[in-house]
Amino acid sequence: MTGAVTGPVARPGGGWHRLHPLSPLVRSGRTAVGLLALIGITAAAGLGQGGSHLYDGLAAALVAAGAVVNWLVTRWRLDGATLCIETGLLRRDSRQLPVARIQAVDVVRPFLARALGLAELRVRLAGSSHADGRLAYLPEQAALQLRAQLLAAHHGLDPATPEPAEAVLAQVPTGRLAGSVVLSSTSLVAVLLIAEVVLVTDVPRLVATTGGLVVVWVIGLAPVLWRRVSLEYGFTVAQAPDGIRIRRGLLSTVAETIPRQRVQAVRMSEPLLWRPFGWCRVEIDVAGSAARDRAEETRRARKTLLPVGPRETGWQLMRLVIGAEPPPLSAPPRRARLKTPLSYHFLAAGQDSATAMGVTGRIRKVTTWLPLAKVQSVRLVSGPVQRSLGLATVHLDAAGRDVRAEFRERPAAEAARLAEELPVLCRAARQRAQFAGGA
Amino acid sequence: MSGTTAVSPKSPSPRLWRMRCVQVAAAGLGAALVAGAAAGLAAGAPAGAAAAAVIAVAALVTLWFVRRRVRAWSYTERDEDLIVSRGVLVRRLSVVPYGRMQFVDVTAGPVERAFRLATVKLHTAAAASDARIPGLERAEAARLRDRLAALGEAKAAGL
Repeated sequence: MTGAVTGPVARPGGGWHRLHPLSPLVRSGRTAVGLLALIGITAAAGLGQGGSHLYDGLAAALVAAGAVVNWLVTRWRLDGATLCIETGLLRRDSRQLPVARIQAVDVVRPFLARALGLAELRVRLAGSSHADGRLAYLPEQAALQLRAQLLAAHHGLDPATPEPAEAVLAQVPTGRLAGSVVLSSTSLVAVLLIAEVVLVTDVPRLVATTGGLVVVWVIGLAPVLWRRVSLEYGFTVAQAPDGIRIRRGLLSTVAETIPRQRVQAVRMSEPLLWRPFGWCRVEIDVAGSAARDRAEETRRARKTLLPVGPRETGWQLMRLVIGAEPPPLSAPPRRARLKTPLSYHFLAAGQDSATAMGVTGRIRKVTTWLPLAKVQSVRLVSGPVQRSLGLATVHLDAAGRDVRAEFRERPAAEAARLAEELPVLCRAARQRAQFAGGA
Repeated sequence: MSGTTAVSPKSPSPRLWRMRCVQVAAAGLGAALVAGAAAGLAAGAPAGAAAAAVIAVAALVTLWFVRRRVRAWSYTERDEDLIVSRGVLVRRLSVVPYGRMQFVDVTAGPVERAFRLATVKLHTAAAASDARIPGLERAEAARLRDRLAALGEAKAAGL
């Protein structure tokens, strides 16, 4: 991806740089399009009497002026050890990003930017959740080059070092992605709704009552399916020295790097409809605030590692992310079937000295695997039915909203022993990890 | 681990039970008055008395449940982690390592303040880990808060 050395970025000790002059256009792209559409509609409908055109024009001009001013007052500089970004007209905001603390550098290309050959550079720092730097937008080449420079500087190499090679681990063919979307529960709902439409049109009386509702549902579901395709199109997972690198996107492309030490848990889910093909989906939970990823249209700290792929690939990726072999699993005792008749066939759990894994699910099999070093708390829960059967559930919570491995329906004695032993194992694993990470 | 089992579990202050009694009594009294007055106006005095009696019985039953719940709370400060156990019907036991604590909350609502009690809550990065201890004496809450904060700092671990 790294091309010839061009542009102003080549000088590492250089002075201040502006963003690309087209940035204001791209940044206010959506607003501008919306406003233009509004103006067009009002003009076409002949509603623009009494100077309402003036206000529309004024609003558009204000938005444009704001974007241009924002561009004018924004500048950035890389002086070896820090990346400085200054912005703001009234309230000056100067951000110093120490290269040593850089955790990941992502290149994001929204559709409009991509059409103009621009890219956004996002710098994420270790530890802090919101003091990350965004450079929107740079010419594509410059962005890739600056990225390589930052990463080289981060590893203490000569800034001219080209970006280290990455090993591609898995790619998702478009056909498989399309198949997985077709076989998802969302499209199942859509098909049922369409079937209902067909049914209803046979009985004319019902059209008026339910027809409209169904159309609304279909309109609501289509974007969901479309989003999955457009976000996960051309999905590539690669192993890079700074972490796992993911490239994806149809209209807007995203290249993000996930540092391995930030992974809290990995989860493999196997929906019923995918099982004949041996497909699975692998997701990872990453520590940190999820809100700042809004531009990537993923509001959660849960990232897809593999949207759809063979089970072996899924396991290979999970092993790589966790950096260990899966622990031996064991199923709960037979009497647990009385309490969980619908999910007993999947339930299993196990742990070794470094990781723990829990399998749950009724129709969709979900395997959660997490390193013990990431465990935040251990909980032992037993309800009345469980107690009467001599069972209990142990939860291992990791950072995040709903991230945990569950040891469901274990015999009470074993659960009590787990609640005793797991905190000790977790502490040992944590100390090992800290020791290995150089504190 | 040596010494981890030697620490005995502690319970919330006995005043928590008194506070809960007052809360249940106040709620029961209010409900009984309203129900009694409504039934009394609609169907005569005997109906009103019956409604009030039903509410009173319900309050007594609630009190029995609440008593068991209050008794079930306990917490143990071990060398490396805090254990909080609670619940009667669904029993829960949380083990939170001191190193995983993000911050400690001490809250006291108006009713708790009247009884000179406070609630201590531990927050970790995981939303699910619930380690809440209600009804602690103020001094004990402050001691626990300081101890947890000190231990959390000493044993802090990154994400």
